[in-house]
Amino acid sequence: MRFESLGVRGKALGAIALMTIGALATPAFAQGTPTPVLNAGDTAWMLTATMLVLLMTIPGLALFYGGMVRAKNLLSVLMQCFAITALVTVLWLVYGYSVAFSTQGMQVHVTNLHSIIGGFDRIMLAGLKPDTLYQTVPEAVFVMFQLTFAIITPALIIGAFAERMKFSALLWFSGLWLTIVYLPMAHMVWSGPGSLLGDLGVLDFAGGTVVHINAGIAGLVACLVIGKRRGYPHTPMPPHNLGYTVVGASLLWLGWFGFNAGSAVAANGSAGMAMLVTQIATAAAALGWLAAEWLMHGRPSVLGIVSGAVAGLVAVTPAAGTAGPGGALVLGAAAGVLCFFTATRLKHKLGYDDSLDVFGVHAVAGILGGILTGPLAAPVLGGFGTVTELGTQLWIQTKGVMFTIAWSAVLSYVILKLLDLTLGLRVDDEQEQVGLDLSLHEEKAYNLS
Amino acid sequence: MKWITAIIKPFTLDDVRQALTEVGISGMTVTEVKGFGRQHGHTELYRGAEYVVDFLPKLKVEIAVADEQLEHAIEAITGAARTGKIGDGKIFVSELEQAIRIRTQEVDVDAL
Repeated sequence: MRFESLGVRGKALGAIALMTIGALATPAFAQGTPTPVLNAGDTAWMLTATMLVLLMTIPGLALFYGGMVRAKNLLSVLMQCFAITALVTVLWLVYGYSVAFSTQGMQVHVTNLHSIIGGFDRIMLAGLKPDTLYQTVPEAVFVMFQLTFAIITPALIIGAFAERMKFSALLWFSGLWLTIVYLPMAHMVWSGPGSLLGDLGVLDFAGGTVVHINAGIAGLVACLVIGKRRGYPHTPMPPHNLGYTVVGASLLWLGWFGFNAGSAVAANGSAGMAMLVTQIATAAAALGWLAAEWLMHGRPSVLGIVSGAVAGLVAVTPAAGTAGPGGALVLGAAAGVLCFFTATRLKHKLGYDDSLDVFGVHAVAGILGGILTGPLAAPVLGGFGTVTELGTQLWIQTKGVMFTIAWSAVLSYVILKLLDLTLGLRVDDEQEQVGLDLSLHEEKAYNLS
Repeated sequence: MKWITAIIKPFTLDDVRQALTEVGISGMTVTEVKGFGRQHGHTELYRGAEYVVDFLPKLKVEIAVADEQLEHAIEAITGAARTGKIGDGKIFVSELEQAIRIRTQEVDVDAL
């Protein structure tokens, strides 16, 4: 939906070109060069949506993950989420927004350096004033909205290496990963005409590729590079407080309305439909995981139903602007069942220690959603996009997904290896045994006796 | 004097305490413990990872009694802690050589 921005940014040609491949464009933006006018309704919604997306990371994701680790590592997880929130905010202001969203040097269907990374003309948010607009909302609000996406993406990855990474390594990894992996990825998908994947016609309404596949693949690479937790899988490492996990998952569900419906960057019908299909896919996925688990394990579990819900939220993210209610139902159910198998079977079969299933849930549901977004955008399948050639769009989506997998895997590996060789990624055995809360932060989450 | 150590199911504690009070036992020490006997543990399953929990939570109740109180105390505990299901626990009895109340320095039965 950010494709619409191109019209406003004086590149109407690009808007028309992109509309033909299915972006949900508002006709007004496609003609001439309209003078952007602030819309109070849009602005009020985007202010709200921004807060909802921040809520997803702190405390949503922090509690979702925190409940799943052992009691001795709860604070380390909360700390990582909180610190990433602060760190990414500062980096975003200094250069992040510019590298992700500057349109300097971009031309539609011209592939150059700026198809991959933005320029530095918006360093320190240069040119941003109270009356600067992005479409119909203050650019300051758009900067904040996008910042919350940049925060949650590296925060998602921490689930893969939970309970064993040094805090210093975590900060370096998050900063470098944001800079080298996330910012270009966001630029390639969302910065408008002339962006690599945008020009390709990849549909990604709210960040299936940029956020979820990107983070999920980085998580898989990270858990392979850093290695398993001591004693995994023979030592029991059960979640220490699934109550937190349920609260966290519920906050993620709520916050996701900001994520998906906010990605319309307007208070309009597209936002409303995004909200509806998000709810449908999430519910279907929760039930899908539940049913699969009940059949396979004989018990419906709390961790299962909330994991399924998150899988559904992830899967519908790229499709939220174009899929119809029926498509969302099918997509969600498929994501719930598929992620049940990847998180409970595939992981144990392959033996990697993706501690909180960043790959098994985010990458897998992200890939499924990313690919199916293509056909589900077609009116013939109940979608609201302009896709008519199902196979063609499916292939475009698959190319976008494959590109994201390769981009994230290679660059994440390089960053992690570099940090492992210099700083060291892992705490020592004794620190891991004692728990990160006490050994890294000299605090305990629970002082009950 | 006898030293009674009873391992009981945690939820029976209130009943055990009340029953012991009724037969004139005026003090006890309770500790949270884990262990296993004939009642084996249970399994837990989190996203396909199955954990066998071998040790189950129990309470250890320790009391010192005069010889003539022993039978009453044992009856009180068995009466209150018995559910009839496996895992109700056990009572161990041993000789107690000395008892001293720190405040008054009374000894043996007077100190109980």
